[in-house]
Amino acid sequence: MENNSRRGFMGKAFGAVAAVGAVGSLVAMKKSWDPLPSVKAAGFTTLDMTTYQEGVMVTEKWRGKPIFVLKKSAEVMENEKGNPAAEARNIKIGDDNFMVAIGLCTHLGCIPAFRPAENDFLCACHGGMFDASGLVTKVPPPRGFDIPPFKIDGTNLILGEVGPEWQSMKDNGVTL
Amino acid sequence: MAHFTKATGVKDWLNQRLAVETVEKVMMSEYWIPKNINFLWAMGMVLVVTFVLLLVSGIFLLMYYVPTVDEAFYSVNYTIMREVDFGWLWRHVHGVAASVVFLVIYIHMFTGIYYGSYKKGREMIWISGMLLFVAFSAEAFSGYMLPWGQMSYWAGMVITNLFAGGSLHADGLVEWIRGDYVPAQAFLGRFFMLHVLLLPLAIVGLIGLHFAALRIPHVNNQDGEEIDFDVESKKYLDGNKAESKVMRFANDFMSKDMMVVGIFLIFFFYLVFWNYSFALDPVNFDPADGLKTPAHIYPEWYFLWSYEILRPFNIDLGLVLFGFAQVIFVFLPFLDRSPNTCPANRRGTMFKVWFWLMLSNMIVLTAMGKLPPEGIFSTIGLVAAILFVVQWLALPFITSREKKV
Amino acid sequence: MKNKEPIILIVVIFFSLVTYYLVEPFAHGVMHKHVDSENFQYNDLPALTKTGNVANGQELIINAGCVGCHSMEKAGMPAPMDPVMAAQSYGVNPPDLSEAGAVYDAKFLAELIKNPAHALKVEHKFDESKGEMHPMVPFYGMGGDIDQEVADMVAYLQDLAVSPDEVTPAMAFENACGRCHAVGYENWTQIGTKPSFKHEKDSLAFDIKVMEYEESLTKYMGKLPPDLSIYIRSRSEDFLRTFIENPQNHLAGTAMPRVGVTADAADKVLEYMKDSGDTKRHEREEIGKMVMIYIVIFAIFAFLWKKQVWRDLH
Ligand code: HEM
Ligand code: FES
Repeated sequence: MENNSRRGFMGKAFGAVAAVGAVGSLVAMKKSWDPLPSVKAAGFTTLDMTTYQEGVMVTEKWRGKPIFVLKKSAEVMENEKGNPAAEARNIKIGDDNFMVAIGLCTHLGCIPAFRPAENDFLCACHGGMFDASGLVTKVPPPRGFDIPPFKIDGTNLILGEVGPEWQSMKDNGVTL
Repeated sequence: MAHFTKATGVKDWLNQRLAVETVEKVMMSEYWIPKNINFLWAMGMVLVVTFVLLLVSGIFLLMYYVPTVDEAFYSVNYTIMREVDFGWLWRHVHGVAASVVFLVIYIHMFTGIYYGSYKKGREMIWISGMLLFVAFSAEAFSGYMLPWGQMSYWAGMVITNLFAGGSLHADGLVEWIRGDYVPAQAFLGRFFMLHVLLLPLAIVGLIGLHFAALRIPHVNNQDGEEIDFDVESKKYLDGNKAESKVMRFANDFMSKDMMVVGIFLIFFFYLVFWNYSFALDPVNFDPADGLKTPAHIYPEWYFLWSYEILRPFNIDLGLVLFGFAQVIFVFLPFLDRSPNTCPANRRGTMFKVWFWLMLSNMIVLTAMGKLPPEGIFSTIGLVAAILFVVQWLALPFITSREKKV
Repeated sequence: MKNKEPIILIVVIFFSLVTYYLVEPFAHGVMHKHVDSENFQYNDLPALTKTGNVANGQELIINAGCVGCHSMEKAGMPAPMDPVMAAQSYGVNPPDLSEAGAVYDAKFLAELIKNPAHALKVEHKFDESKGEMHPMVPFYGMGGDIDQEVADMVAYLQDLAVSPDEVTPAMAFENACGRCHAVGYENWTQIGTKPSFKHEKDSLAFDIKVMEYEESLTKYMGKLPPDLSIYIRSRSEDFLRTFIENPQNHLAGTAMPRVGVTADAADKVLEYMKDSGDTKRHEREEIGKMVMIYIVIFAIFAFLWKKQVWRDLH
């Protein structure tokens, strides 16, 4: 069959130039989908850690996600002793100890409910459970709550910034 | 039932199912184009490219635009212009393309008039073209509402008031179009819908019709010569490329189309980056204020000539003549009674004068439509508007007396 | 047959350019009054004849009572009241004088001290016979040569302020324009930059303060001065420059005062307005150049392709 669209060399060259332009415009298109500066600027949340009460679970918000903040009592700390996985997740600010974590179930993203009486979390979606330090106690969730990047600044906790404490948690595989 | 054989390759597989080769021949390689045409015949392709630019930039604007009266202005001027990476580029491309597309449409239209490309079997090309013009006008107007600036608001106010029909006082109709007593949320919402959905759909459909209308009569040429496409294409296919009076659309004419597109884009992007105010009116960078009309209000430049036909007369006559101006171009193939299909300059003095006068007069109307309607400008506008109407009324008489050349 | 394309191209370009000329430069020339810049010379104001003494100026400013209304943060003198209360008393918050010496013209400052309504060109708003006084009390002299005293005060203000080339765009704008005009896109309100609040309640409380301020301002000015976020796009740069220089030249009778900035400070004000309303101008310039280079290459290759394809056709 005869091929009518013999382009010859210049045809190919022109096609190549046009393709470069198309790719260039794709770069602009890609960037138009990047998170906006205002979204990125809102990516930091400062928590004043002196305002929390022991045993009362408070849900804060960071990058649109729920953040669980639980100030641990001496009793909880006693229970954690000898459990390196739990100790590794502890966030110490001054003399106080906290569990701070992204409040989304690591299974498929539902928000587990805190049960004050049991001092643990139950995910209604598929029955996953977590203890007060954020570790899984019942499947299907594959791992404990993720811990958001944080930096300790006096008695403040800045979510979204990476401090040495969080970096070492990450390096040691305590959180993703 | 069709008979399918084991395909020899992807192309053959597609060919058996979609007849891609036949389509390619009909639309591209054996779509025969006369050789005696000039770059004005590339304007159609320039329009296609501009339409694609409008579509792509529009898609990106649409992803951040918020069609509410409280948020629209902010979403355009803050979110898109300041926040979205390259948002400013999409907006400038969209605004400039929307303006430039009319320049090219007018060149394309006057090319058609000059060479008589609406005659002898090409009537449907012309009519579908005019429908495209109407659809584009509506698209441009509805788009102009969206930033919800001062010009958006007041253009919306003025244009919707036209529908009251002057002394007919069809205020009910105006309120129905607005969904409110003034242009407000309902109005913005429906014009948003028109701009991003219904009108683009119509335009795409009409472009299809326009192309279909071209396929059988083929494009005209700069001598109005009647070409036997079967004979000439056979010469070409037999290898007598140089002798044949025709060429393939692809790649022969397409390569020229692309050359013209390239030159056009140089001009276009210069406007996008360095000279955009003519297309993105400064006044529209003030937020809509229903209690304050800007000192000078005028439509975008491509509507000025018909707006000027409205202005010098009392409201009823103005509306009638405005309506006349809107539709009269559609009837050109039937108003032109001449037996000739050839360039205006060769059709005798009468039509030659008619053509150049029509073109110049529309430019005069355009200029007067923008200038404040005072003093000498009013008078010139009035004369030009009357001349426009007279020229069209005279067209059948002028052309029927034309001798066959 | 000879090639007609060049002549056709000329015809097309000719008619396009005529149309463009008529609807853009020509029509806008007719619609908008042209105002020539006076280069911020303020020739209507008397020239400064005396050389000021900084130390005397400092003493005078304190003794003449300026700091009863104005703050001078830089000299450790805080505002006597908060902006909202100040606006309730005077219509607009009296400016902090820390950088006044760098932002405003010296002649203008001198005249402002002696006769504020005249320097500001708002005499049409204040009829002394009806007891309408400009809220700023004129300085009548401390007993010495008033011209010398004023020159001293101006010298002190210039000494207190940063040097003129250290004036930033924001500093110029906030001093000269920012107590009357908000710039929402830069988070600027007439009472200062709006902080980011954690709680909606605090944010609303701040907004209410701004509204209270604007209420007093509206009463004082006759209408609320507009938000200037994108005025650089809605008015031309040339318009803004000549308007800032002397609003009366453009809008006779306007309540907007002549603010008396130096030519440099006016440039800074405009730069601030560009940062707000034409934020991506540098990027536009850069990307523009790249796109132009590309598109010229595109056109050249299209031309070469066409030449090759058409070689066989003739
Ligand atoms: C966006 C809108 C339009 C597009 C995409 C478009 C596209 C095209 C294309 C690709 C061609 C063939 C190549 C050429 O001769 O330039 C063409 C031809 C034509 N168009 Fe359009 N067109 C549009 C609007 C119009 C309008 C508004 C009119 C005028 C009423 C019009 C009238 C014609 C005529 C008369 C021809 C035939 C030219 C000839 O045979 O010599 N078109 N159009
Ligand atoms: S999402 Fe929580 S258990 Fe499945």
